[in-house]
Amino acid sequence: MTAATESTPSTHSFLLRDGLQSLIDELSGDGFTVIGPTIDQGAIIFAEIESVDDLPRGWTDQQQPGEYRLERRDDDAYFGYVVGPHSWKRYLFPPLTTVATADRTDNGWDLKTPDEPAPRYAFLGVRACEIAAIKIQDRVFTGGAYVDPIYQKRREAAFIVAVNCTTAAPTCFCTSMNTGPRCKSGFDIALTEIADGFIVEASSDAGEELLGRLPVTPAADDQLDHGERARQQAVDQIQRTLNTDGIRDLLLDNLEHPQWEDVAKRCLSCTNCTMVCPTCFCSTVSEVSDLTGDHVERQRQWDSCFNIDFSYMNGGIVRSNVRSRFRQWLTHKLASWQDQFESSGCVGCGRCITWCPVGIDLTAEVATIRNVPNRALAATSEQEGTP
Amino acid sequence: MTTTKNVVACQPENPWLAFTARIQQVRPETPGVATYNLVFDAPALADGFCFRPGQFNMLYLPGLGEVAISISGDPADYSTVPHTIREAGSVTQALARLGDGATIGVRGPFGSSWPMDACRGKDVLLVAGGIGLAPLRPAIYELLANRDDFGEFTLLYGARSPDGLLYPDEYEEWRNAGLDVQTTVDRAHVAWAGNVGVVTVLLDRLPLKRPDDTLLLTCGPEIMMWHTIQTALRRELAPESVYVSLERNMNCAIGLCGHCQFGPEFLCKDGPVFRYDRVSSILKVDDL
Amino acid sequence: MSTRARHEQTQSSTRPKLAVVKFASCDGCQLSLLDCEDDLLAVAGVVDIAYFLEATSRIVPGPYDVALVEGSITTAHDAQRIQDIRQQSKFLITIGACATAGGIQSLKNWADHEEFMRVVYAHPEFISTLATSTPIADHVEVDFELRGCPINRHQLVEVIAALVAGRKPRTRTHSVCLDCKRRGTVCVEVAQGIPCLGPITQTGCGAICPAYDRGCYGCFGPAAQPNCNSLTDHYESTGSTREQLVPLLRNFNAAAPEFQAASDRLEVNSGTEAQS
Repeated sequence: MTAATESTPSTHSFLLRDGLQSLIDELSGDGFTVIGPTIDQGAIIFAEIESVDDLPRGWTDQQQPGEYRLERRDDDAYFGYVVGPHSWKRYLFPPLTTVATADRTDNGWDLKTPDEPAPRYAFLGVRACEIAAIKIQDRVFTGGAYVDPIYQKRREAAFIVAVNCTTAAPTCFCTSMNTGPRCKSGFDIALTEIADGFIVEASSDAGEELLGRLPVTPAADDQLDHGERARQQAVDQIQRTLNTDGIRDLLLDNLEHPQWEDVAKRCLSCTNCTMVCPTCFCSTVSEVSDLTGDHVERQRQWDSCFNIDFSYMNGGIVRSNVRSRFRQWLTHKLASWQDQFESSGCVGCGRCITWCPVGIDLTAEVATIRNVPNRALAATSEQEGTP
Repeated sequence: MTTTKNVVACQPENPWLAFTARIQQVRPETPGVATYNLVFDAPALADGFCFRPGQFNMLYLPGLGEVAISISGDPADYSTVPHTIREAGSVTQALARLGDGATIGVRGPFGSSWPMDACRGKDVLLVAGGIGLAPLRPAIYELLANRDDFGEFTLLYGARSPDGLLYPDEYEEWRNAGLDVQTTVDRAHVAWAGNVGVVTVLLDRLPLKRPDDTLLLTCGPEIMMWHTIQTALRRELAPESVYVSLERNMNCAIGLCGHCQFGPEFLCKDGPVFRYDRVSSILKVDDL
Repeated sequence: MSTRARHEQTQSSTRPKLAVVKFASCDGCQLSLLDCEDDLLAVAGVVDIAYFLEATSRIVPGPYDVALVEGSITTAHDAQRIQDIRQQSKFLITIGACATAGGIQSLKNWADHEEFMRVVYAHPEFISTLATSTPIADHVEVDFELRGCPINRHQLVEVIAALVAGRKPRTRTHSVCLDCKRRGTVCVEVAQGIPCLGPITQTGCGAICPAYDRGCYGCFGPAAQPNCNSLTDHYESTGSTREQLVPLLRNFNAAAPEFQAASDRLEVNSGTEAQS
């Protein structure tokens, strides 16, 4: 829901494990399509769910740079995983949308923009880093001079059920980015899973209203303690860090750093990092028409700064090598994003690390640049007498 | 100056919506370059399309795509909207095959504009290369309409060859109205009696009465603009008095698609016109 | 001329004359054209199919406006015939992995083809063949290459539509990964450890194989600037053997330069310690 309807979290309630289905049912009954985590293709992904049986009960994810595996938990937790390859941007900024149409008429063209009502999604299981990512995309798509109506309509219609992390992956670094793991705002309802149920809090009028219809009881002190300990466990498990002190200037002062060349030897320029990133927003609108050319759809598809033709101009490619494209991605994400949208473009979810086929880790790349910045290198080469 | 029109009024609620316009007249300019006069179908736009000098439109050929083209006409003339276009890719080549009366789509105007207000009281120097004169022509019209508001007014304009000089028919009129037009070409035939050489040579020779109070507006190939700016700075123009118009791949024109990023800038909404000191640190970074 | 008028003109006898020509291949790419179904009728409406033996016995002699060339060059006769086709065709488009990269039959480039003939044929003396299978572009100038084993019919229709409209075809050169991610397919390499050529293979197929829990076979050949070495080094470091990786690269696009260099590098290094 929009920030306008956000209120401070209410007193905490408790929902028994058996009551989770009532949350899904209430949301469905309100006309929402409930999207939540489910197991498919060897991973926990997002899909339309109807029942708690669709949830990844008793499963977790083991993540490393370039590696993801499902694993059984020793309990029946519904939300005992971290983050998977999908992000909510798939539903707010769909991979493929028609932004405009053109139909040939007797004396020209009829140009239109689609006017279908947006789907009404309820997102179940939104992590703190993902809420931060949604807020970042809000800024990108609705916070500037031009508002993307497709994103805006979907976003305004969405209901967010956040779930606090109780476990973290080795790829997580939300604590470095100040985005988690605790969900503090930007949701309608937030759950914290404990052994026999969920601590529930509402943070919007719509959330409060829905909470009133759930079979909840006031949370007892020991339940609140359990919730606090569960959330603290996630904090304690986060090992990865990204030092963000002066990171904008660090990166923009090091555009010629040799590390860009080094990473280009490993980077596949395959776009996976940008596709799994919950904030990356690059796209291309292209013309799709039948052979007669009488009906044309202007289709927007996810695209990536890693694609060679993304910077095509006047018969040439501006970023014609992997070095320049990786540099564009990383400096945009961590540095120039701040100039553009007054925040980092990174939320520390670790997806780009896990889903890079060769396990490139942006936190390590930044650390290398920080350890030996260009100025230090320049000083060394001067001593050696090289230009 | 006459720049305060409500630009937003020309733009629809949905920024993806293009308006239809007809090609009223195609005027060949130089080899491969022509000026297309557009007239909007919607009456409100047909006599009320307003833009600021330096801004661009997205011209749309259904099935082929959009292309970002600077508006090259007079901002005070709301009736037709000229675009000077070089045939380069699929869209511009197809445009060249369309004749008078053909319908295209237009979104715009977009982007930043030349600093018309900052010109007041200053000497104004325009340096253009090739088709780079097109985005400067609206500024010329507007400045000439307010000629008394500022001091010296010079256009240094270079092209590869004499037949690559845009708008030659207008130079005399501009001179009469108070613009010192100087041209140069890289290569010339024997009949050419003018200057030969790069445009920075003209700048080297130009007497600058008060460099501290001179504004430079430049548009052309990046390498030309770079050398022009270095020459101007050497001649003691202040970096904050220099403005450039840059170009990158443009897809959405509304800051949403990511294509046109240049360092922290979105060329489509932060540019295409920048004050030099804003982009000077990234202008010479390779492959940025 | 207005677009409408030009559109109508294409319906008349001035439609571009199209030839579909076959060299060493399985005919699968030509079948993709026949497989266009409704689109094929539309294609037939905008071009004059003058030569297409797979579809019709009607033969209109050249010259042709457009030749779609399937297959690779494996015989001296074909090496001459492609020269003739080129001379007769204003615009020559190669279609499919055989024509663009030499096809699966380019595996003989790494082998002793005399021995192949002795083993396979009772009377090898009747066989007249070159020692290699090479792409069309090795023999004549090619105006546009359409990748794939087989080609994607939507891309083919796009190329024909572009020709008719007089514009450049819109076929992209990015990786298959982008398509997997757009359609929501989970990465089979990261999640299941299956060696997959998706990161270095060009888009076009729609990312079919990973959606069925299989790694990409590289049917559409190398993507733009593929980093084959980084990918194969990574696969080796995570347990794949060169005996697995060389055949993975030597498939329908074995002789595509980037894939060939990558498989040769693995083979040359084979038997020695894995390079870091």
